[in-house]
Amino acid sequence: MEDKLRNDPHFIRLLAQKIHDLSEGLEKIKIMHVCGTHEHTIVASGLRSLLPKNIFLVSGPGCPVCITPQKDIERMIFLAEHGLTITTFGDMLNIPTTSGSLADAKARGADIRVVYGISNALAIAKKEEKEVVHFGIGFETTVPTSSVALLSEPDNFSILSVHRTIPEALEFLMKNDLKVDGLIDPGHVSSIIGVRPYVPVSKKYKISQVISGFEPGDIMLSVYMLLCQISEQRADVENEYVRAVRENGNKKAKDMINQTFEHVDAAWRALPMIPSSGLAIRKRFEDWDALCRHEDILSDFVYEFKEDSACRCKEILLGVCSSEECPLFRSVCTPDSPIGPCMVSAEGTCNISYIYGQS
Amino acid sequence: MCLAIPGKIIKKHGSKGIVDYDGAQFEVRLDLVNVEVGDYVIVHTGFAIEKLSEEDAKESIDIWRQIGELQNGG
Ligand code: SF4
Repeated sequence: MEDKLRNDPHFIRLLAQKIHDLSEGLEKIKIMHVCGTHEHTIVASGLRSLLPKNIFLVSGPGCPVCITPQKDIERMIFLAEHGLTITTFGDMLNIPTTSGSLADAKARGADIRVVYGISNALAIAKKEEKEVVHFGIGFETTVPTSSVALLSEPDNFSILSVHRTIPEALEFLMKNDLKVDGLIDPGHVSSIIGVRPYVPVSKKYKISQVISGFEPGDIMLSVYMLLCQISEQRADVENEYVRAVRENGNKKAKDMINQTFEHVDAAWRALPMIPSSGLAIRKRFEDWDALCRHEDILSDFVYEFKEDSACRCKEILLGVCSSEECPLFRSVCTPDSPIGPCMVSAEGTCNISYIYGQS
Repeated sequence: MCLAIPGKIIKKHGSKGIVDYDGAQFEVRLDLVNVEVGDYVIVHTGFAIEKLSEEDAKESIDIWRQIGELQNGG
């Protein structure tokens, strides 16, 4: 279907009408998405205001910067303070930890560079001939770009992997009974992994899922498809984003991921450890794994866990609290002086709510 | 943040290419996809991650058709 149609207000109103018709026979329905870009579209296009009162669209842990553990940020700061060059996506720079941010370390003179992608990081390593450590954050969409870097076996370059995977996170969310009735799955993660990895979650927890694109029409259509499933008591994985998601995903990218990474249990900031949700660099590539390559430096690294103040990012990431419900929102916590990670990243729910003035 | 709009491959040399977004052009890596000049791709952090399939998109799901009919027929 034409992209134009997906943005056509007439089409979106028609969908809204169909959603209203369908929802009349339904109880309170909670739909969760797990993608910062979905939240962005929902808020920027005011989609929540088009939905009936009994249909709630909440955001889950879909912002990779927000869920990166403090420990890993502090580890990167530690490496930077030991003279290594650090490359990171810009969103990560101002994420607060109890011992400051990467931006604070940069201000103190550490060599921390913002990159748009891992290719820029590789180019810096090539040019500088200094040890470069790239902060490997992100879900399955970003993971294969790290794989390409590892497979090129670069000199003076390594990755600190905090890559995380979505199906394992969904399994965790369902297991913890968040009273979610339907899931909107992230489009570009699915471009890589395909449709199948979501199926076990639907089977096990009888939950309806729709993989969605990022235009307002995509999201409204996905909500409609979910409501159809729910009213027909189906728990399937349907693909709304057919133009960019194949049943089996991107084989080339998946093969590269498998060659270079393996699943491990992993922490998510503000959430408990999620089994098998992290990707660690395989032993074969340990020369490019910052944890091994810079073991000497890191053996002196100590991390003391401190709870994230009064910030309610945890509830935000679980979709049980909105930004407006956080007492610090707007008054104390703003993008200029963020208290929690959700206020920093352009994909963070609090940041999006702040910028667009609604929740 | 994911870039929702697809770009068109206008040049390709090895694992690198140039993608055009309505006149704005960027270098992209093509390591993760099998594409030719003229194809549309989704780009993430400087890498093309999937080719857009117009056929799959046109094949479409029943709901699109239903909505389309509604729109045409009123
Ligand atoms: S508004 Fe700030 S303090 Fe409150 S949950 Fe969001 S990031 Fe945390």
